[in-house]
Amino acid sequence: MKPAPFDYYAPASVDEALDILSEKGYDIKVLAGGQSLVPSMNFRLAQPPALLDLNNIPDLAYIKPAPDGGVVIGAMTRDSDVEHNPMVAERFPVILQAMPFIAHPQIRNRGTFGGAIAHADPAGHLPAVTLALNARYHIRSKNGDRWVGCDEFFLGPFTTAMEPDELLVEVEIPALPARTGTSYHQMARQAGAQALVGVAAVVTLDPGERVAAARIALLSVGETPVLAGRAAASLAGKLLTPETIEAAAEAAATVDTDPGGDIHCSPEYRRHLIRVLVAKSLEEAGERARGKRG
Amino acid sequence: MAGKYLGQRLKRNEDPRLLTGQALFVDDVQLPGMLHAAFLRSDYAHAWIKSIDPSAARQHPGVVAVYTAADLGKIWKPGPLNVPPPSGIPGVVFNQRTQVPMAKDKVRHQGEAVAVVIAESRYIAEDAAAEIVVDYEPLEAVIDLEKALGEGSPLLYEDLGTNLASFVHQENGSYAEAAARADLIVKTHIVMERGTAAALENRGYVASWDNKSQSLTMWATTQGPIALRNGLATILGLSEHQIRVIAPFVGGGFGPKILLYQPEEIVVSWASLQLGRPVKWIEDRQENFGDTSQERRQIHEAEMALTRDGKILGVKDVFIHDTGAYNSYALTIPLNTQTHTTGPYKVANYLTEYRVVFTNRILVTPLRGAGRTYGTFVMERLMDKAAKRLGMDRTEIRRMNMIQPDEFPYKTGIVGQDFAKNVLDSGNYPAALDKAKEMIGYEAFLKEEQPRLRAEGKHVGLGISFFTEGSGVGPYEGARITVEASGKVNLSTGVGTQGQGHFTSFAQVAAEQLGVDPKNIFVTTGDTEAFHWGAGTFASRGATVAGSAVNAAALLVRQKILKMASKILEAPEEELELADGMVRVADIPSRCISLAELAVKANPSRGAVEPGTEPGLEATAYFGPPYGATAYGCCAMIVEVDPDTFNARIQRLVMAHDCGTVLNPMILEGQIHGGVGLGLGNSFFEKLEMDDNGQLQNASFMDYLIPRASDLPPIEIAHLHTPSPLNPLGIKGVGEAGAIPIPPAFVQAVEDALPEYNLEISEAPLSPNRLFQIVQAAKQA
Repeated sequence: MKPAPFDYYAPASVDEALDILSEKGYDIKVLAGGQSLVPSMNFRLAQPPALLDLNNIPDLAYIKPAPDGGVVIGAMTRDSDVEHNPMVAERFPVILQAMPFIAHPQIRNRGTFGGAIAHADPAGHLPAVTLALNARYHIRSKNGDRWVGCDEFFLGPFTTAMEPDELLVEVEIPALPARTGTSYHQMARQAGAQALVGVAAVVTLDPGERVAAARIALLSVGETPVLAGRAAASLAGKLLTPETIEAAAEAAATVDTDPGGDIHCSPEYRRHLIRVLVAKSLEEAGERARGKRG
Repeated sequence: MAGKYLGQRLKRNEDPRLLTGQALFVDDVQLPGMLHAAFLRSDYAHAWIKSIDPSAARQHPGVVAVYTAADLGKIWKPGPLNVPPPSGIPGVVFNQRTQVPMAKDKVRHQGEAVAVVIAESRYIAEDAAAEIVVDYEPLEAVIDLEKALGEGSPLLYEDLGTNLASFVHQENGSYAEAAARADLIVKTHIVMERGTAAALENRGYVASWDNKSQSLTMWATTQGPIALRNGLATILGLSEHQIRVIAPFVGGGFGPKILLYQPEEIVVSWASLQLGRPVKWIEDRQENFGDTSQERRQIHEAEMALTRDGKILGVKDVFIHDTGAYNSYALTIPLNTQTHTTGPYKVANYLTEYRVVFTNRILVTPLRGAGRTYGTFVMERLMDKAAKRLGMDRTEIRRMNMIQPDEFPYKTGIVGQDFAKNVLDSGNYPAALDKAKEMIGYEAFLKEEQPRLRAEGKHVGLGISFFTEGSGVGPYEGARITVEASGKVNLSTGVGTQGQGHFTSFAQVAAEQLGVDPKNIFVTTGDTEAFHWGAGTFASRGATVAGSAVNAAALLVRQKILKMASKILEAPEEELELADGMVRVADIPSRCISLAELAVKANPSRGAVEPGTEPGLEATAYFGPPYGATAYGCCAMIVEVDPDTFNARIQRLVMAHDCGTVLNPMILEGQIHGGVGLGLGNSFFEKLEMDDNGQLQNASFMDYLIPRASDLPPIEIAHLHTPSPLNPLGIKGVGEAGAIPIPPAFVQAVEDALPEYNLEISEAPLSPNRLFQIVQAAKQA
């Protein structure tokens, strides 16, 4: 379990990193926290000719308030720094709710917020959480920069809308409206193991406690993190009752997703988990949204 | 029989070194000029090797040599059997096919070595291995045990004409006669899987041939260093005294490291001889899943004949056992299954029969529990089924069929792993059952707590199961003890150690006889230069067999001490006592001499000595039991099942356990904790997922789940003490105890937690997914 030979670049600035990316493009792989990439290199599943190590660029690690009440998180911010940040805790408790399920504390000390999103693992927690939170991603290349919304970012397993010369530099999460509740639930076989299904729900209620907006994002149910649009739509303008929640959960399990199976989880069991976890998340998000009223 | 040191809860002598990273493991061995080996392993489970082209790899900078089977010359041949098939059972079929150093002509499992690269670094060796071109002709893989024995199955060994590796039939009494007069016959079809040992430290070897001294030193993660030395001498054509095998600290054995003649042992040591340089190979985790032996699947058709009041008349168990591509360890596992199925129960009529099947998977050899786990699962499931059918309490049906304390030694009539008819030496089984029930609060839980929890919507169940653990088998072990002129004591024994606490427990045994603080007893295990007779650490025999040898050697040294001191102190031996490193006249403590002074006097440096004088306060002794001692216990647990996700969690686990005399209760509890961890793995986590082509789907800890600290419940242990009559200290083994009773107790508790579905679970391990499927099937039924 030794990696194949590779060249190694460790630039000290983003500009320098973008120069190297523009030159190497397809022949270089970005190394952030390394918690997914390095094991796959040791298995020789990944054999990149070169690595671009971002760990010497301190400018990419920060958590800043956004003017609208959201936050901006630099791509190289360690998961554990996000996990222990009071502003994130206050504004986006769903991020904190998901954090303990990301492997183990040692891994969160190295793993990065941006790395997890750029890696685009369909079983990753942070792609789904930022999808539920309607985040957008700031991408730079030598030739300029652009923002990509979460709905357009994830294209397939480990595949994003970024070009080979582009680098994810920060993630912006917009403020949540008033009367918004969030919830995160997952099922994994043991602490730190990969989630068989995970659900992040963000529910906004109107003053009459009817659903004004809902975003339900699922992980480990398809080739990308999946936004359960039909489930959310089924709730629009409705009170959250056991019946409406069950109908939404059913839509998530049967219309929004067509889950496959693996050695830990048959398609039927996965559908079952989607039902119970979506229902649980909606119920909890609704309660929290009501709790914030007035 | 707790003494001043023996039986005391002492912290382990070895732990400061281990915990501060000062202990030597094989990978810590660094030698000048050392080379590194990497093996190229087959991706196919079953294929002809048409050709191997290592030319590019040989040209790779930094590569010193590339060898294939063809390069090994006379060294290449199937290895000797580790254990012979049993004598004394009529009609045994045993088709011997043992491991080879590297595959020639045909590969028979994924992960089988086909070539080795020796290079200046492991990185270079792996890079070059990827450049070796092997032309395979893939064959259909033999994976399914039942299909493997069917018509038209592809064959692992064409010359054999069958995939049947063995057939063994044993019967005590007549099951047919018992069934004919039974009021009730319960039947079950059991599929049980075990898995990989998942030792923290994988296998590893450093071999160093020194041309000037014409000697080979081998650091090895072996459980049997002496047997390895002897085996290597034969294979390499050296004298035994030219080879020193050192098994330093080893991060877990669990069985697979007792297997001898493993390909890497032979190839690495042979390569060092060829090249005259040290060669290191450290197995990585990915390799471990494909090249280190495992324990896997047994399929049982079992039935039990009973009277209407619950008395067992007979048991019949016919099963299939997977041995993988080779059967180098013969039949130890299925023999253990045969002798442990009836466990603590009186079964007058017992028919047990099995077929062993060759499959395209890594070979199967004993793994902690070693066959006992399957047998216990089968029997305990039958007991549960019978209790349900008869409307009896599950513990009452067990109690009424137990061997009673006055019925020992109890002969089962079935030949076991030591090739003699199995005898249970001693015990008080009902007492252990009572103790476990008391600890778990059996009556109160079922009558009060469970209904209360149920009303709260919690699905919580109780599981309880009993087991026996045949342990401490022969042949023998030895020990040498020397009191040095420093007053410190040297103790050497031949067994290897893999975390069992031998540096402390053996010191406690010697300390008790010699009156020396165990901290002043320096224990050496697993170095053939320190002690060169013995068999190894397996079958829960270290404490029982080697511990008894230590005790015997310590007694001899004690006698020498007393004889000498008696003369010097002018007092009869009976009036002397050994304590605090001194020999004292019991009533007159000022009349004393230290062991250090005695040791000096025992090694005269000038002048004449009495005829027959042996120098030194030193003795060597051996111990071999007439047959293995049988420990036992009762495990009970409370399991909660999440009705939404079907995840299950053990909330509490109790174990009433009897292994006779306890050397160190803390070490004993650690053994049980570790075994429980493996037992939990075999209940709910660990399964090697193999596809039809023989490709392992979960060859990493990302997908092969082993229980972690966060999965283990609080474990409460009660010790019962029925000394074994088979050794002077009364010891029985404990190494495998925890691993044996967990699966049957766990599935029983799961059934108990979900009574609405009336589940009848006949498999292990479960998983949330599997439990979901079982419940769905029950809903539809």
